[in-house]
Amino acid sequence: MGTQRVKAVVLKDGQVVGRSQAFAGFDPTKATEQAVAEALTQANLKLSDVQHFAATGSAMDMAPYEHSTVSMMSADAKAGVSLIPTARTIIDVGAEEARAVRCDERGVMADFVVNERCAAGAGAFIEAMARALEVKLEDMGPLSLKAERASPINASCVIFGESDVVSLIHRQESKPEICRAVFDAMADRVSSMIHRLGVNPDVVLVGGVAKDVGFVASLNRKLGLTVKIPEYPDYVGALGAALIAAGRVKGGA
Amino acid sequence: MADLTKEEFWRWREYHRVMPKKWSKADIITAGVDVGSVGSKAAIMVNGEAYAWGITRTGSNSPESAKKALDYALQDTGLTVGDLKYIVGTGYGRVNVPMANKAITEIACHAKGANYIWGPRVRTVLDVGGQDIKAIKIDETGRVVSFLMNDKCAAGTGRGMEVFADLLQIPIEDIGDISLKVEKEPDPVSCTCVAFAKTEAMGLLRKGWSKEKVLAAYTRAMAVRMANLINRVGYEPELVVTGGQSKNIGIVSRIEVILGVKTLPMPRWREDGLDPMVAGALGAALLGKALYEKAQKA
Repeated sequence: MGTQRVKAVVLKDGQVVGRSQAFAGFDPTKATEQAVAEALTQANLKLSDVQHFAATGSAMDMAPYEHSTVSMMSADAKAGVSLIPTARTIIDVGAEEARAVRCDERGVMADFVVNERCAAGAGAFIEAMARALEVKLEDMGPLSLKAERASPINASCVIFGESDVVSLIHRQESKPEICRAVFDAMADRVSSMIHRLGVNPDVVLVGGVAKDVGFVASLNRKLGLTVKIPEYPDYVGALGAALIAAGRVKGGA
Repeated sequence: MADLTKEEFWRWREYHRVMPKKWSKADIITAGVDVGSVGSKAAIMVNGEAYAWGITRTGSNSPESAKKALDYALQDTGLTVGDLKYIVGTGYGRVNVPMANKAITEIACHAKGANYIWGPRVRTVLDVGGQDIKAIKIDETGRVVSFLMNDKCAAGTGRGMEVFADLLQIPIEDIGDISLKVEKEPDPVSCTCVAFAKTEAMGLLRKGWSKEKVLAAYTRAMAVRMANLINRVGYEPELVVTGGQSKNIGIVSRIEVILGVKTLPMPRWREDGLDPMVAGALGAALLGKALYEKAQKA
């Protein structure tokens, strides 16, 4: 249950049989019910077939149904290692928060760092800059890859970053170059956060922002390695919660 | 409603002022030009006394903004740039003040300017500018002893306040007064990020909070940040606030409550209208006078 979207995953005998998402809006509870219903329909299952619900994400307190909760870090670690067994560092960049988790081969979390309460290190940064640039969010990444160089902008604050982008527009910098500057700035923030944790390969990137090719390219450059990205990176938190829920069912809950 | 959205709530008053005093060619006339990230200020001093100043919005071009501010300060004085014996550039854009004889950091200039406006009693200066917040400790001559700066986050800065003014559709010059129109001070918001405030403040309004209450909760949180900065640099009486936010009574009065102190009132502000937003430019002009005199002796 993220700040922007709610993602639901249905797990049957350890296999994903349904996944769906909905905009959280002002009613994350209702959005969750929608996403779950849709995912269950895909799986040809009914609500009553579900043995255990586990909720994770920043809005998990508003989860419907009788449920347990899973911390976002535990969910990332569990699902990250399940999808990519060599994963030891999992970076999750969402709409309003970024975090990195260090874990062992069983997907158990050892340590984590988090950036919250500041938009500069999260997807909100890219969104704000896309607005300032009058470029569609999904076009930012592909555009940035066409840049030949980057102009530095203020990475520490969205509000200051916006002013910097406006100055670059006035200086008639090309849009690809400004897009690249945005991703570089954001990757800078995220990589300095990860360095506090220690870069422990393999590094896996998940969360909605992992789908942005521009951010991935900048982060790879900044970290000097190639991060691995699983299929459906935005569902990783939900998958982790589902995997942990499965364990709770087996545990005889 | 359509017209409301067009109104520029962030827009603050640009103005210039000339003091009723005379000057002659024999006087030492100096200028300070403080090109900030949001406002450009220029001050003219005659023998080290404030004579005229101008405040304008900084445009996308720093040299032009510097020239605009200085021309504005010179307006109606009968002076021209050629009459200025020494010009000091300061502020965020100080290296882009083409007419300046020298560039000096805004920290030194605000320290000197605060000493000039309020006198030798001042020991702590909180300078809240467009893009940063500085807590500066100074000695009785207006020299910097130490300082701390937060330039990483817009919360509490002038730029952040402009965003709030637009968001809540309240003219920026009323923000301080309106934030104080609450019966009971609400708890400060836990997240001060201005970017998130765009959605969070809307959520609070939807929950039935008044604009005043939302503004009070944010202003309180920002005042807490500033008070923390002052405590970290080591508060020593007397405290003054300079920069654009010195005009935000909501911020200043809350800092006083949090620290349990009173900021110095503005004596000259009452007498002849000195503006703490020009403290940096005044300090620059004063430092310029000293540099000019030193050069003459040499």
